[in-house]
Amino acid sequence: MSRPPFPTLPEKSETTVRPGKGLTFWPITGERMSSDRVKSTGNDPLHLQADVLVLGGGPSGAWAALAAAEDGARVVLADKGYLGTSGATAPSNTGTWCVPPGENRGQAVERRWQRTGGLADQRWMLRCVDQAYENLVKLSEWGYLFPHEDDGRLYIANLRGPDYMRFMRRRVLKAGVTVLDHHPALELLSNGDAITGASGVDRQRNRDWSVEAKAVVLATGGCAFHERILGATGLTGDGYLMAAEAGAHLSGMEFTGKYTLAPYETSLNKGLPYRWATFYREDGSPLLDANGEQVSNGIGEREKDIAKALIDGPVFARLDHAEPALQDWLRRGQPNCFVPHDRAGIDPFKDLFRITLRAEGTVRGTGGIMLATVDCGTGVPGLYVAGDAASRENMTGAVSGGGAVNSSWAIASGWWSGKGASTYARKSARKAFRSISKPLGEAGLRPAGNARADLRTAQIIEAVRAEVIPLEKNYFRDGTTLHTSSERLESLWNDVRQHLHTEGVDRVRSREAASITASARWSLASALARSESRGMHRRADRPGSDPAFARRILVSGVDAVRIGEAQISREGIAS
Amino acid sequence: MIEIVSASRCIECDICVKVCPANVFDAVPDSAPIIARQDDCQTCYLCEIYCPVDALYVAHRAEGHFPITEAEVEERNLFGSYARALGWKRGKAGGTEHDPTHRIRVAAV
Repeated sequence: MSRPPFPTLPEKSETTVRPGKGLTFWPITGERMSSDRVKSTGNDPLHLQADVLVLGGGPSGAWAALAAAEDGARVVLADKGYLGTSGATAPSNTGTWCVPPGENRGQAVERRWQRTGGLADQRWMLRCVDQAYENLVKLSEWGYLFPHEDDGRLYIANLRGPDYMRFMRRRVLKAGVTVLDHHPALELLSNGDAITGASGVDRQRNRDWSVEAKAVVLATGGCAFHERILGATGLTGDGYLMAAEAGAHLSGMEFTGKYTLAPYETSLNKGLPYRWATFYREDGSPLLDANGEQVSNGIGEREKDIAKALIDGPVFARLDHAEPALQDWLRRGQPNCFVPHDRAGIDPFKDLFRITLRAEGTVRGTGGIMLATVDCGTGVPGLYVAGDAASRENMTGAVSGGGAVNSSWAIASGWWSGKGASTYARKSARKAFRSISKPLGEAGLRPAGNARADLRTAQIIEAVRAEVIPLEKNYFRDGTTLHTSSERLESLWNDVRQHLHTEGVDRVRSREAASITASARWSLASALARSESRGMHRRADRPGSDPAFARRILVSGVDAVRIGEAQISREGIAS
Repeated sequence: MIEIVSASRCIECDICVKVCPANVFDAVPDSAPIIARQDDCQTCYLCEIYCPVDALYVAHRAEGHFPITEAEVEERNLFGSYARALGWKRGKAGGTEHDPTHRIRVAAV
C-alpha cells in the first residue's frame, strides 16, 4: 500500500463556508465521536470539516462510511433520522442476492440478467455479487449472528433489518465516524469546480449545520412519493434534487411502476406472505383471472389481475395456501407482517382481510442518479452515490430489485462509493478548503419569485401523489394520461420553484416537497420518452417491448428537464 | 401510527425521541415524551422494540388516527408484542440466529 496519507486538516482558520456569526468548529480527530458528543452551544450553527461526508444512514450510507474510514479518511455521516432505524431496510427483513464464489456465479448472473428486460449490465452484476458476498462474510466475522441451515452451514443470504442496522450503527461508531442523527441535509456546497460539502438543519435543536468535505457520498435513498410504506418517511428523493442541482444525470426514472401488496391502510409493503394467498372480491366471491381461474400467489404474474381488480373495488386476501409449518416460519421469520393482523384481531390464515397495492416509487423501482464511473462517481467532481439514490438499472434493469438485489447493491455500492470518495479526497487534499464554497440549493430554499405563504407543502405533495400514485395512472400507463400528468406537474413545479419558501426547520418539509415534485417530473418525462412497455413500465398504448428501446433513458436539469439516452453494453461498464 | 406513550410504564429515558426516524416525539423535562408529530409516523414499529420498558404502542393503521385505550393494549398483552416476536428484550437486540426466513425462501421457490 503506497498511498500518500491524508494530510492533517487545518483547524478553524481556513474555513470559508458560509462565514457568519457564531460558527462552532469541531475539528475531526478520528477518534470515536457520536452525535451525543457533538453537542454545542445553544442554536449556534454547527460547522465540521471532514475528508468524506456521507449523507444518509441506511445500509448504503453505513457501508460507505465504513469503507472510507477503513481507508483512513475522516468521515462524517449525517442522517435525516437516526442511523439504525432510517431507511427502507431497518423496519424490514430482507434477503440478499448472495451467490458464493465459484463457477455457478456466472450462471446465476446470466439467469438473473435474463429477467432484467435487457437493461442490466452483467459486469456490474458480477462485481456486485462479489463485493456483497465479501462484505456479508465480514458481517459474520464482526459478530452479526446469522442463522444456521440444517446441515450446520451459516445462512448469510438474509438480514433482519432492525438488528442489521443496529449492528451497522455500532460498527460505524467504532470506526471513528462522526454520526449526526436528525441532521437532514438541505443542499450541497460547491466551489465551482467540485462539490465541497453540504449544509442542512439539526431538526431537534433547530440550528443550521454545514460540513466542509473533500468528497460527498449521496446515500439518501429513493423517492417513495410520501406513500405510507416502511421507511418512506425519509425517502423523499432529496439526493436526486441535490445531485441534479449539481449537474448530475438521472437514469431509469420511468421505472417507478413497482407496487407491493399490503393489508389495507397499513404500512406493511412486504409481498412474501402473499405467495400463499388467494384473493377475493368484497362479496366473498373468488377473484378470477381472464381464464376463469382463481387468483392466487400475488407476488408473481397475478399481480396485474389484482391491480385491475383494485381499480374496480375492494379486494381481500387470505393466506390459505400456507401449511402449518410454513405458518410458523412466516410468523417467526416475518413477524412484522403479522403485527397489523394481530392488532386488528385477524387471523390471516383463516380470515379474509382487505388488501391494497402500495406504490414504491424508486425505492423498489430502479431509477436514480446515473453512475458515471466504476467507483460510483456521478460525473460531478467530488460527488458519489450509493444504494437506492443511485440508478439500479445496472443490477436489475427494468424490473424491481425487490429486497434481495437492492440489498446487495446497497452493500456493494456503499463500499465502492466510500472507497471512491476517500481516494478522491486524498488526491484533492492539497487544494481543499482554500476556495469559497457556494450553496447550490434552489427550489424550496430560495424561491425565484415572491414567497407565497398560501403554498403548503402538504398540498403540493398531495397534488404530486394524485398523478404518480393511482394504479390507473401509474401501474397501467398510457401516453395521453402521462402527458396530462406531466403538464400538471410543470405548473406545480413552477409554483414550487417561484414561490415556495419556509424558514428554520420547516425548510426540511419544503425541500422534501420540492424533491418529490422534481422526482415525479423526471419520472413522467422519462415514462413519456420510453414509448414502449418494458418491465414495470407498462404502456397500454405501447404494449410490447421495442428493441430500439433496449437502452437507458437519461434525464437531467432542474428547471428545464432534458432527456437523453445511453446504450447498454452487455460486456463493458459504461464509464 | 404511534398512539400511546404509557406514562405509567415510561422511565423518561427519551430513547424513543432519539431513535424515531421520523422525529415524531418531543422530550419533556421530568415527564414522558409527547407524541408531537403523529402524522409523520411511518408505522415502522421500531420505537416499540427500542423501548426498554415496552411503554409504546403503535396502532396498525398507517393513515390517520386509530384511537385505542391503554387499558385495552394492556389487556390484550400488546405492549412489547413485536419485540417479543423478534426476540428483543428491554430494548436490546436479539434473535437473528433463530430467524427461520431461509426456510420460507426455499418454500417460496
